[in-house]
Amino acid sequence: MVDILKAFLLGGCICVIGQLLVDLTKLTPARIMVIFVVAGVVLGLFGLYQPLVEWGGAGASVPLTGFGNVLAKGVIKEIEESGLLGVFTGGIKAAAAGITAAVTFGYIIAIASKPKIKS
Amino acid sequence: MRINNKLSKHEYQKLIDEKAPGSHILKNIFAAFITGGAICSVGQIVMLIFEQFGADKETIASSTSIIMIFLGAFLTGINIYDNIAKFGGAGASVPITGFSNSIVSPAMEFKKEGYVMGVGAKMFLIAGPVLVYGIFASVVAGFAYFIWKQVM
Repeated sequence: MVDILKAFLLGGCICVIGQLLVDLTKLTPARIMVIFVVAGVVLGLFGLYQPLVEWGGAGASVPLTGFGNVLAKGVIKEIEESGLLGVFTGGIKAAAAGITAAVTFGYIIAIASKPKIKS
Repeated sequence: MRINNKLSKHEYQKLIDEKAPGSHILKNIFAAFITGGAICSVGQIVMLIFEQFGADKETIASSTSIIMIFLGAFLTGINIYDNIAKFGGAGASVPITGFSNSIVSPAMEFKKEGYVMGVGAKMFLIAGPVLVYGIFASVVAGFAYFIWKQVM
């Protein structure tokens, strides 16, 4: 139960940062998403995001900053194991499950469903 | 309500902004907190279920992403996620479910343009930039880390 509450609090707070950016800077949601992923990569590179994941679980890993963190962590791990090549392989390798799931489910569901008729 | 009809849409919006700029933002922030928090709680529940099966950390993380992405895509397909996004704003677009919403939503809308340039291309209308900048940032970060490792 405590884990779920922590996830709620941290996830909520991260989304509030996004909402503040939307309301105060008029950035579009697409730009917010790009900013969050890149921010996750930067925080992940310096090891600043992992403590949030340890504390808040899904509250940190479900937001897009968590996706960025996975990319950064993957690159670092792969560089440790296979050197310079890891720069090019690490990110996608770590994020493979998410990217493939997004493409596969996205495609199937888009094909299978009808868009709402706009009134 | 004759008097309202005399205001143009623009003037009306200006009036609203003057009357309640603060409460508008406060309401948005509250909605984003609740929505984002709720989505992450669902993610946490999924994680806890996988933990029950005794999966290791990396399997749990990947599987949870897959489930959340599926949920986001599915809820978009049945036209529910757009309503969540209307209420929750960034609370719905910042989580990974918002990422899959951004894939399914334009793909559905542009289906009439065909399966290649419609669905296939428009899927990445928003997800494309996210992947481009995310992956590029990870390569830059990787190079920086690699060089730092050689020097230290």
